[in-house]
This record gives sequence, structure tokens and C-alpha cells, in this order.
Amino acid sequence: MSIQSCVTIINEWDIVAARQLGRNVAKELGFGTVDQARITTAISELARNIYLYAGKGQICIDKLYEGGKPGVRINAIDNGPGISDIRQVMEDGYSTSGGLGAGLPGVKRLMDQFVIESNPEEGTQITATKWLR
Amino acid sequence: MDFREGMEHKYRELLENYIKDQSEQALYAGQKFSRKTIEHKISPEEIVSLHKSLLVEMHPELPKDVIDSFDLLLEVMMGYGLTYRENESLRSKQAELRSEMEIAANVQQTLLGTTIPEVDGLDIGAISVPARHMNGDYYHFVQDENNCISVAIADVIGKGIPAALCMSMIKYAMESIPENRLGPGSILENLNRIVEQNVDPSMFITMFYGLYNPETNILSYASAGHEPGFYYNAAEKSYAELKAKGLLLGIEKKTKYMNYEKQVSPGDMVILLSDGVTECRTDEGFIERETLVGYIDKYIHLSAQEIVNKVFKDLEKLQNFQLRDDFTLIILKRKV
Repeated sequence: MSIQSCVTIINEWDIVAARQLGRNVAKELGFGTVDQARITTAISELARNIYLYAGKGQICIDKLYEGGKPGVRINAIDNGPGISDIRQVMEDGYSTSGGLGAGLPGVKRLMDQFVIESNPEEGTQITATKWLR
Repeated sequence: MDFREGMEHKYRELLENYIKDQSEQALYAGQKFSRKTIEHKISPEEIVSLHKSLLVEMHPELPKDVIDSFDLLLEVMMGYGLTYRENESLRSKQAELRSEMEIAANVQQTLLGTTIPEVDGLDIGAISVPARHMNGDYYHFVQDENNCISVAIADVIGKGIPAALCMSMIKYAMESIPENRLGPGSILENLNRIVEQNVDPSMFITMFYGLYNPETNILSYASAGHEPGFYYNAAEKSYAELKAKGLLLGIEKKTKYMNYEKQVSPGDMVILLSDGVTECRTDEGFIERETLVGYIDKYIHLSAQEIVNKVFKDLEKLQNFQLRDDFTLIILKRKV
């Protein structure tokens, strides 16, 4: 069962809207302040990537229930240039060295599950989930 | 999760103590606490959150603005927490690389291993120490069926892994050259061709090649731009540079190398080295070649191996135990 709502990312203010959406959902599900901050940070990173590299895309937030355990799922989708070397962007120190923020390894650390799919010219889809403990 | 549960209680105690009397002791306890939390991988944002929730509990009278301000602090700390965890993971990756390097260094030792030959009338000592894990210096001894001893000492321009990889090739190139009786000059010419063809154009090798005949006590030698060694004349108790001219290996395909000869008298020494020895740097700059001679002379009464070991120890100490370049020193001493 899932209830989804989405924010289209075109400019920097949309990042704030996506964060707000994520925080509301996390709060509703009963996540504590630290986890709320982690989820919003992850959303921020993913939304910024869309804004900076794809130009346009969507951040969708789902409430999930698995075996009675609630969770938040972030879906970041864009039709941008895609990532040719996923292994490289998933490497620690690759994106952070340029001061670009936590990068995808950071998002992976903040969340419990992380799936990335990307093809050059086709865009990128990242799904990250955090379960309530 | 045990620590996390106890952590809240412990932090509350620390906070209460500090608020009570602002003592240095309470702060010291805080420092010790942070060591524990770091050990248990508690991130900074968790500490901020804990601090906030305890404040709310302990001081419900605090203005809402003050309490709210911690949300901003938490958000700011988030990035530090991530960076911290990234560093942790990079550090463990570094440890992995280091152990891999150590294995590679051992493999190199095995690949490039050479034994110092035992010859009547000649006392030989050699030491080679890499500045980092892998050695870009190389020395090699061969004793042929006529008991002639050939000695090669080489240095790749550069250090670390690329230099070490290049050196492995040199060894096998040397072994593939059939006859040692070609004479040092021709051997260098052969090696030069191989290096020129097979090694990256930006990489050069210097090499000194010597051939010692224990029958005649003649050392014939040639050099491909290698740091000149020394010759010790026992009768005169004097040191002279062991001069030999020649271009580095790998520069020009058709380079010719001249053969030089030296009659070795009893007690005389041939001292071969890499530039890591002469470029031994102290606070006052490079050591002078005369200074180096002084160190060798200090131990001249000892065996060749003891001399090289002791000179290395002295120069290592002189550089505060930080080698800047690979260090190789070889001494051939004709027994009296």
C-alpha cells in the first residue's frame, strides 16, 4: 500500500518544497527529529542533483508499510544526461572533494535502502527508503 | 544498541553537573564522553538532538526560541556527520590499500631478489631501502662460471609503484642478455634498447654495471648516467670519484657506452650508490659527497656489510628517519 505525492524540481525553491513534503511525511509517520533531518537531507541531495545536472525532474515521496512497519520512500526521477560511471559517483570522496555536498554515498548512508538506475541519454532514477525503527 | 541507551543517562548526568557549577572537571568528563561516542559511531546530529531533548526535559521554562534554535544547529551538524562518516570509510579504504601495498612490496622483494655472491678475496656488502613501500632502486649480482662477479646498480627516475614496476622489467631484461662476457658497455647498450622500446618515454633509468675478475683483479665498468661511485685506494688512503660517462637508459636508441677499467689492489674498495644516498637531505641541505666519504671512512676497519649497514643507520638518523628517496649502497672490498 502506498500513498504518493510529488514535487517537480525546476528551480532551487522546489528543493525546499520537496524537503518540506518529506519532512511532513516523516513527521506523520513518527520519525524522530534526527531521522527527519536525515530524510530531508537525503531529499535535498537528490533534488539538488536534479536541479544541477538534469535541469528538470521529480521527487516523489511515498509512505510504505511492510509487515506493519512504516517507512518513507524517496523517488528521484529525471530524464537528464544520466550517469555513465555509476561506480565512480558511488565512490566516497568523488563528489565531496569539489564541495558539492554529501553526494550519493551520503544519501545511501542516510537511508536504509538505496537503488540507482541510470543510463546515459536516458536519465536517472534513484529510490531510497528509510524504515521507522 | 546498549551504548545508545546508556548514553542518554550519561549525558544527562554530565549536563546536570556542568550546569550546576561550570567546573573544568565536568568539561573534562564531557571530553571523555565524546571519545566514547566517537568510538560508538554516534553522529554529531544525534548529540545535538539529545542535548535539545534533555534541555526541554530539565528546563521546561526555557523560551521556545532557544529550544527551536537547536533544530537549525542539528541541520548544520548533519553535513559534519556525513563528512565524518565518509572519512571513516575512506580511512578503512586506505588501510586496505596499505596492506595491498605491503603485499606488493613483498612480491617485489621476491621478484627482484638477488644474493650476494661469496668469492675468495672479495668482501661484498649491500643495502637497499625503499623510501616508501616499493623500491625504485635495484641491485643485482651474478657470478658466472669463471667466477667473475657482475654487479649492477640501477635507479628509476621517480619512486613508488611506477618505478618499482619498471624495475621488475629491468631484471628480466638483464637475465635475458645471454653472455656476461659481453663487457659492461655492450650490456648497457642492450638494456638501453630494451628500455627505450618498452618503457614509458617519461621514464628513465640510470645504471652502473661492473664486472670484476678475481683472477686479474680488474674491475671493468660502464655507466648509464648513474650517480658516480667512489674508489678507495688503500695504499694512499684516498677516495676518488669512480667516473664513467654515458647517457641514461631509455633516451636514445643508439647510445654507445664506454668501458672503463680499474686495477684493484688489496684493501681497495669500490663504493656504488644511488642518488638517495647523496641526496640525503638534512635541515642544512644536501650532504656533501665529502661528508658521505667521512661516514664510510669512519667504519673502514669493518666488513663491507657492516660498513653499509652502519652508514645507512647514520644517514637515516641524520635525516630524522625520513627517507626522501630510495637508498642503495654497495661496497666491494678486495681482501688484504
